[in-house]
Amino acid sequence: MPKTRQAISSMAIHAILVSYMLIALWPIFLTIINSFKSRKAIFGDPMGLPGVDTFSLKGFEKVLLRSDFEIYFMNSIIVTIATLALVLILGAMAAWALSEYRFKGNKLLGLYLAIGIMIPIRLGSVSLLQLIVNMNLANTLTALVLVYIAQSLPLAIFILSEFMQQIPKDLKEAARCDGVNEYTIFFKVILPLTRPAIATVGVFTLVPVWNDLWFPLILAPSEKTQTITLGVQQFIGQYVTDWNAVLASLTLAIVPILIIYILLSRHLIRGITAGAVK
Amino acid sequence: MSVRGGKFAGFPHHVIVFLAPATIIYTMFMVYPLLDSIRLSLYSTDGTGAFHFTGLTNYITLITDPEWSNAFWNALKNNFKFFCVHMLVQNPIGIMLAALLSLPKLKGRTAYRTLIFMPTMLSVVIIGFIWQLILSPLWGVSESLLGFIGLTDWFQPWLGQEGTALLTLALISVWQFVGIPMMLIYAALLNIPEDLTESAIIDGATHWEIFWHIKLPLILPTIAMVSILTFVANFNAFDLIYSVKGALAGPDFSTDIMGTLFYRTFFGFQLQLGNPTMGATVATMMFGVILVGVLFYLFVLQRKLRRYAL
Repeated sequence: MPKTRQAISSMAIHAILVSYMLIALWPIFLTIINSFKSRKAIFGDPMGLPGVDTFSLKGFEKVLLRSDFEIYFMNSIIVTIATLALVLILGAMAAWALSEYRFKGNKLLGLYLAIGIMIPIRLGSVSLLQLIVNMNLANTLTALVLVYIAQSLPLAIFILSEFMQQIPKDLKEAARCDGVNEYTIFFKVILPLTRPAIATVGVFTLVPVWNDLWFPLILAPSEKTQTITLGVQQFIGQYVTDWNAVLASLTLAIVPILIIYILLSRHLIRGITAGAVK
Repeated sequence: MSVRGGKFAGFPHHVIVFLAPATIIYTMFMVYPLLDSIRLSLYSTDGTGAFHFTGLTNYITLITDPEWSNAFWNALKNNFKFFCVHMLVQNPIGIMLAALLSLPKLKGRTAYRTLIFMPTMLSVVIIGFIWQLILSPLWGVSESLLGFIGLTDWFQPWLGQEGTALLTLALISVWQFVGIPMMLIYAALLNIPEDLTESAIIDGATHWEIFWHIKLPLILPTIAMVSILTFVANFNAFDLIYSVKGALAGPDFSTDIMGTLFYRTFFGFQLQLGNPTMGATVATMMFGVILVGVLFYLFVLQRKLRRYAL
């Protein structure tokens, strides 16, 4: 009977997806539940949920006491938001110029800006460090923001150009007939229209910047400028045997991203799948 | 369009204003450092810190002087292994998950893809530490989990053993990033027009046959793109090894890849002093490997596949 066969194959498909989902989530879940348990319970019953007699916030107390988590967190937020805002505005300006105006060297400049999509900026670190030191920007968040803008622009420009080509001609032409200048057209007409692309560009900019370890480690490792990723890395390196503190610091680093992800996942995934088409 | 005369005849000022900030920042902080690193790789430093032009000496040292070349070839070999594990495990699993997710009438599609993609969003550093805890013999979580399926004896401190550490790290990375091929291939599968598969269903073809004979050939360009993205990411990897194994990439450099070798060469470790010009040489080698991969993709894979798809 084809009906039962279909039911069986549908069950098999769900079984595969559910088991893979468990593989993907179990380690994260395990970390979070154990960060709320006493040391004894972490080792005695690692898989158990925190209960009345095993619940403990000792790890979190230690983390907040022994490290400047709030500072790391603020640093990450400042760097990520500054990068995101500047990438969006500068990227949109460049994408608009490349897709709207015909001028000599347009194609070549587009290609030049696209190279950075494939070549990792990290490979220029030796010279980049010299440059940052010479500019007196070592151990500043400004250095990180500048490098992250350069790193994120190529893909942002690429995605935004594709998007801008789809903006209907009538809109721009109508504005031009009214004698509006090119700056007003861009800032008043075009920029608001790119809002849907912001989520896509946002994902590709925000996640790598927030998670990066390399540049904070090389350009801004001082205690005052550490980002959350570097801060956690250093903290765990120091307190590696204190399981409460380690698990708590991991949870503190995971939870904000998980909340943002769950809130924005619809946009994020649409962005990825839309950006991937070509 | 307003055209201003003078120096920029035919080149309106607003075009310059729109393009200049992005182009300047990109050139200054990305293109210039990359090119300047290549230049620095042709210099050597002496005791006083002064730079001398020495041509290709650094490259010859890196490739032939046993003091350097052992580490270099070891890192390159390990990096290829790291890449192979991703190609053989991550991408097939990603394709399989994408194929299942794109089946018609699947319930809970959004929940599945949202949750499976979750680890990809987290920092590699966090993922590295989580797995370090889970695989630690001290905690015993993996051991008792294996116990459920009767494999307690099978457990070993995989991250600590020379023979298994690299493979384990590669699999951790696969676990984290499987969401990327899944999403990209899922998007490509959704773009396949339905009338292509509908007639096959009417002819009585199973989903399995449809996938192999109709869908897979059509998504080959996406698979090629996923492969080159994997290649570039793997040959640029650093965070995972550094956070789990430190700059020394132990045990006995068995998990050393190009990224960690670059870091050690550039900044030094323990008794060895950092050497910027040698670091630039390692970086340029990485650049070369990545460039070869990207060019192969652009000029061989993409062209062949496009002809095939037509």
